[in-house]
Amino acid sequence: MTDMTDINALETAADPEKLRRVAIEPLTRVEGHGKVSLLLDEENRVKQARLHIVEFRGFEKFIQGRPYWELPVLVQRLCGICPVSHHLAAAKAVDQLVGVDQPTPSAEKMRRLMHRGQILQSHALHFFHLSSPDLLFGYDDEVAHRNIVGVLAEHPDLAKQGVLLRKFGQEVIHFTAGKRVHGTGAIPGGVNKSLSLSERDKLLADIDQVIEWSQGALDLAKRIFFEDLENNRRFARIETNMLSLCGDNGALDLYHGGLRAKAPDGSFIFDKVDYRNYGDYIREQVKPWSYMKFPYIKSLGSNEGAYRVGPLARINNCDVIPTPLAEAARVEFRAFSGNGLVQSTLAYHWARMIELLFCAEAIKVLLLDSDITGNNLRTKGEMRDEGIGVIEAPRGTLFHHYRINEDGLVTQANLIVSTTNNNRAMNQSIRRVAADHFDGRELSEPLLNQIEVAIRAYDPCLSCATHALGKMPLEVELVDAEGTIIGRLHKDGSRIVSRCSL
Amino acid sequence: MIRHFTIDGIKVPFQERQTIMDAAMAAGIYIPHLCHNPEFRPQGSCRLCTVKVDGRNLAACTTPATDHAEVKSNTKKLMAMRRTLLQLLFVEGNHVCPACEKSGACQLQAVAYYCGMLAPEFTHFYPQREVDASHPEFAIDFNRCILCELCVRASRDADQKSVFAISGRGIHVHLTVNSPSGKLGDSDFDKHDRAAHVCPVGAILPKHTGYDVPIGKRLYDRKPVSMVGDVSDHEED
Repeated sequence: MTDMTDINALETAADPEKLRRVAIEPLTRVEGHGKVSLLLDEENRVKQARLHIVEFRGFEKFIQGRPYWELPVLVQRLCGICPVSHHLAAAKAVDQLVGVDQPTPSAEKMRRLMHRGQILQSHALHFFHLSSPDLLFGYDDEVAHRNIVGVLAEHPDLAKQGVLLRKFGQEVIHFTAGKRVHGTGAIPGGVNKSLSLSERDKLLADIDQVIEWSQGALDLAKRIFFEDLENNRRFARIETNMLSLCGDNGALDLYHGGLRAKAPDGSFIFDKVDYRNYGDYIREQVKPWSYMKFPYIKSLGSNEGAYRVGPLARINNCDVIPTPLAEAARVEFRAFSGNGLVQSTLAYHWARMIELLFCAEAIKVLLLDSDITGNNLRTKGEMRDEGIGVIEAPRGTLFHHYRINEDGLVTQANLIVSTTNNNRAMNQSIRRVAADHFDGRELSEPLLNQIEVAIRAYDPCLSCATHALGKMPLEVELVDAEGTIIGRLHKDGSRIVSRCSL
Repeated sequence: MIRHFTIDGIKVPFQERQTIMDAAMAAGIYIPHLCHNPEFRPQGSCRLCTVKVDGRNLAACTTPATDHAEVKSNTKKLMAMRRTLLQLLFVEGNHVCPACEKSGACQLQAVAYYCGMLAPEFTHFYPQREVDASHPEFAIDFNRCILCELCVRASRDADQKSVFAISGRGIHVHLTVNSPSGKLGDSDFDKHDRAAHVCPVGAILPKHTGYDVPIGKRLYDRKPVSMVGDVSDHEED
């Protein structure tokens, strides 16, 4: 077992020119490309491990010159999985541009409903489709079996629940945004529709079943974690700070709140920070080997200030969850770590399912609120030239920051997306895996999959589109110090691993 | 004595000086079109209304109806040609339907659906065009202009202003604003002008608003353009 100091040393090898390079590329392909590069010495010991997100989307640039009122619909195209998060983060920023600090109760509740529907469907997708094959069958299970089809064959009821949970979340989005993917619900200063009574009643008819299935998913995630507790506790584990939004009373709030950051011992680094001042607290570091920036907490510096976001951070950070079943689960989760934070990377799955349950319960609360069918949907104010919207996306804290000119056209945009916040943490986790499991061993598909399991726990957009159907293509090349390829492993769309001829 | 011609075998009455398009519209027969608006003098520039008149391809909006003429409109070949024209329009500008606030209420999009155009098959030009948002109440997104000249005709003939004009030749033809700076904000364009309400696409739009109508209730969400009619029929000053 390598300690924390050692894995930090694995970011950059001292003498890379003497090492063998192993590239896992493409790691996946959702929002661009990702790859993992490993540098090994002659005895197959890992000397350097890096997760590169070689994506270049260009959104921040090409939305310059576009009218601000387009932003919520335009920028949601960043993602096909969590577009609602971008839609709403942009809408919150655009609210400020049109001088609206507080949308009407109906507007805010419609947005919250849309958001909870989206987190429910995204979390269900991740747990049931993407991660359950690893969790149910083991990381070294037969590749042809370790996929959603295998889950369907062996656990048909579970797979069906995953599909139907996701369907329900998509239906919530459909009724609030007009479409299941890339709708138009949020507009500057409000929303363009409320729920009709028939839409509300359709959702209410299913919500109790959804809550029950969510509770079942949480129980399953917890059971899997405890079945092999020692290994699961240690796997890809790193010690980091945690960042999330929190409601004013410390409650879990996925739509709005102040920024809260906790140190690994559970103490506050900052709390109740108005997210419009995020620039005073968060900085981004650029590294020459990745297109993705490395955000950090400014007061702690680029090394000590690394943090994690997403379900693990949110459940660690909040003081209470405002729905009873999820709150009971949170209490149990936090008790697991004593006074400090739960740092096990695989506990992301557990935390994610607590949030799934919270969303299911919280959707019911909103459906029973009369404002959700109200007609007062939009307000206006005095135009401003800057707007900052922050929201908790399924994968973590999401920042949208825009400036506009007097004509209403965007002059500057800064987006810090959830996966970016976890960039440093994902890198640390794969180094942990490489250090703990790779040293001196012949590369094999199960070993490569452990890298993917570590990355997948964070539910980055990277893992979304491919793993579900077992089509994550991987190619590993062994390159000697002169750059000559001396070996090649290939895993194709059917997850068959073959050693390629050179 | 009422005279007649036929469109796809349907007998259509017409009056003196009516075009094929006029008579077809009066009879409730839809012929796809973008640059035509009965309020203004037809110019036959988009060519989408091309029909076969006694064996010859002619623009329905500029061709006078003639007695006993046999007009073919809804034929496989003509629809294929219309799809080609539409695809050319889509790739010549920057028509980003997924993010456009006119989506669902855009006549270009609706006609494309009607004609069965599923996707552009030509290479996109991706021209570099700007948004002119200098006017306090309206903006022009030149990316979406299809050069139908409806705003030009409306401003000149209905508003008596001539705020808009078409400049350039060939591939360089573009919409211009007649003002000292070339900006809409420097022109005498007004939100109540007819020219503000005839654009069939999302090129001339009011500012500070968009997506106000939920998906499912937009102009062309439920019925095709052949039943709904043109965008300008539904625009209010």
